[in-house]
Amino acid sequence: MTGWQRIFYALLAPAAALVAAIAISALVLGLSGHNPISAYGDMLEYARRDESIVSIVNRAIPLYIAALAVALGFKMNLFNIGVEGQYRLAALFAAWLGAEVSLPAPLHVSFLLLVAVVVGAVWAGIAAVLRTWRGVSEVISTIMLNSIAVGVAAYLFRTYFKAPQREGSLLESTEPLPASARLPGFDLPFGDARTQVWGFLFIAIALGIGYYVLIWRTRFGFDLRASGANASAARASGVNPARMILFTLLLSGAVAGLVGMPQLLGSTFKYDNAFQAGIGFTGIGVALLGRNNPAGMAVGALLFSFLDRSSQILDLQDIPREVVAIMQGTILLSAVVAYEVVRRMADRAEVKAAASRLAETRSGPGGLSPAGAGGTA
Amino acid sequence: MTTTQPEPAGVVPTAPQASAAGRPTRTPIGSASRILLVAAGLFVLLSLIATVTDSPDLTSSGTFGASLRLAVPIGLAGLGGLWAERAGVVNIGLEGMMILGTWFGAWAGWKYGVWWGVPAAVLGGAAGGLVHAIATVTFGVDHIVSGVAINILGGGVTRYLGSLVFTADTGGSASLSPGVRGRIGTFTMPFLSGGDLFGWQTPDILGRIERWDWVVLSDVAGLGRGLTRDVSYLTLIAIALVPITWYLLWRTAFGLRLRSVGENPTAADSLGVPVYRFKYIAVVVSGALAGLGGAVLSIEAARVYREGQVAGRGFIGLAALIFGNWRPGGLAAGSAFFGFTDALQLRDPGSVHALLLFVAVAAGLLALVAARRGVLLRSGIIFVVGMLFLVWFLVQDSVPAQFVAITPYVATLLVLGVFSQRLRPPAADGVRWRKGEHT
Repeated sequence: MTGWQRIFYALLAPAAALVAAIAISALVLGLSGHNPISAYGDMLEYARRDESIVSIVNRAIPLYIAALAVALGFKMNLFNIGVEGQYRLAALFAAWLGAEVSLPAPLHVSFLLLVAVVVGAVWAGIAAVLRTWRGVSEVISTIMLNSIAVGVAAYLFRTYFKAPQREGSLLESTEPLPASARLPGFDLPFGDARTQVWGFLFIAIALGIGYYVLIWRTRFGFDLRASGANASAARASGVNPARMILFTLLLSGAVAGLVGMPQLLGSTFKYDNAFQAGIGFTGIGVALLGRNNPAGMAVGALLFSFLDRSSQILDLQDIPREVVAIMQGTILLSAVVAYEVVRRMADRAEVKAAASRLAETRSGPGGLSPAGAGGTA
Repeated sequence: MTTTQPEPAGVVPTAPQASAAGRPTRTPIGSASRILLVAAGLFVLLSLIATVTDSPDLTSSGTFGASLRLAVPIGLAGLGGLWAERAGVVNIGLEGMMILGTWFGAWAGWKYGVWWGVPAAVLGGAAGGLVHAIATVTFGVDHIVSGVAINILGGGVTRYLGSLVFTADTGGSASLSPGVRGRIGTFTMPFLSGGDLFGWQTPDILGRIERWDWVVLSDVAGLGRGLTRDVSYLTLIAIALVPITWYLLWRTAFGLRLRSVGENPTAADSLGVPVYRFKYIAVVVSGALAGLGGAVLSIEAARVYREGQVAGRGFIGLAALIFGNWRPGGLAAGSAFFGFTDALQLRDPGSVHALLLFVAVAAGLLALVAARRGVLLRSGIIFVVGMLFLVWFLVQDSVPAQFVAITPYVATLLVLGVFSQRLRPPAADGVRWRKGEHT
């Protein structure tokens, strides 16, 4: 396949998924008596405001980190559904310990990040140990660990980590982080938004670059991709599968631990019962949408957070904003279907191309050549 | 779902006999009589502990009745999982399908009366199953991925529909439906639990025995009375679905074909079994059962639809399925156990504490059995776990509510960790299969 063909097939699937999702959502809107075109127009218009841009970028940061965590597992056929539980516990511990200790600013932030990374890795480590030692599928164990994390977090929070409640306040939370543990934000270089972009953006970008380097530019990444693509071949070439599984799940959990940090260090500064949930699951969608590609996942995260943000304007138009949840679900489902369909198309095209090349070489004077006959996408 | 994976993922199981190797003579769950004996022994133990720790609610008819009501939605979700996974399709979209069931059940129950809610919920869940089947069977999408998408979609669709239909002037809101009209009736066994017989109130024999407060005997009466008093007709249907599923899947040609698709689709295909069609049937039935489980929650238990009502029961159903080793009886036992812990927590949190002692003693006995069989490592692990429970029982006087809520998940992890080598999921569970691709 030529490079252009490859790019065409790579972009065909997300484009088709987006079109399908827009069409299905338009149908849903239309059936419930709303004008889809004006609704979409309003959403786009609203998203262009300066405040919206800041909010979209901010919301995309945790989604992107969650997607990176999931993608690390995907690269070697491991499914870490447990990001949700890993980041919840990590955020709780970081919020609590961060308020307990006092350190100079850069050290304090690093300490919090370290706590989050360790807690996330430990929680994922349970699934990793069960998988390598007892052969328990990480899919099931991480689903169970998600629910266990919710219970454990609720227990620790209520019993030990909660700050004494202020008079007349209904909201329970941990002690707010001191100024030294907060990560400063920055203004948009254009416009005059009243809100700031979280400084965590740079950490997220660094994580994305780190992910790329690790997966495509290191020995470990090569082993990891090899194990994902063909486990028995990788083993035959000397890769220890148990160790790879252990490392990958621990790494995935460590990254997942950071998912709650942008919010904690950039906006809420404390953990409470309303701490944002569900990013782990949306992150799976983003990873699938972006095909585990660091740039693709960034686009996916921005798309999902654009939908989240622009849903706010729908409320004012008397359109239930929940249509956005349908859009996200349909985008995800049509994306995975589209990838599969396009993969089959590409396979067929390749087989056809190979067959015609083979026919050419046979009829030519050089006789039969094995080149070009092998290899699939 | 390939739970026992000695090999890294990506290995396609080709030999159907491979999974039968190992212990050919003893199946993971032994003969029916052995199970009954173990169950009876555990019950006697429970009854003794209820007496020793002076927590009568541990074995009261009220607790068993509540356990049954709480176990039913879990069991229906688990049955749904059983159908799909026996045909080789992993269904973690059960949660989303249950959510669809709660919404459509409550909607039809409010519009047309409570019994209309049942078919509506079943259809709602089945629609979710159909989406899962189209994605996984026709388009070959990864089963887990599709399930995650359906869970997101189930929540989104119901919230959207809710905000359209349950508006303020109906007395509801996007996340809360108006109450359903009418009630699902209940049934009480005549003579045993004092039900009516042609308008004559029969004596409540089990109730009387329960009040005697004799060790074991009164507890047995409590169990019997809990299971035969004020049982809703929907619950009776749900209970009947367990043997019906067992019969259909293990005693008919249809079931043999369906399971063969989950064990070795290529072999089934070569024998002329329409693999795709069986997978479709199984996954749609799976969704329908999950939807029925949702109906129990919305139109029977709460009598309204409330957002977040399902609260992870789809996942607990999945846990019950694994806990029960992909067998109908096993998953029913798992659901009963999970329902029991839930019921204790709701009725008498103090008696949950007594349960710790029960677990400690049961673990001690299990460790003895394992030691006699010579599996020393397992015996040691179980013994240590049991001792930890004993220490817990002695050191603290109550169990936090959050810990009771996570019992099903912890129990499943423990079962997976300890017995993973003896669990037997369908061999081609979760495998993407395309006709003609595997030769």
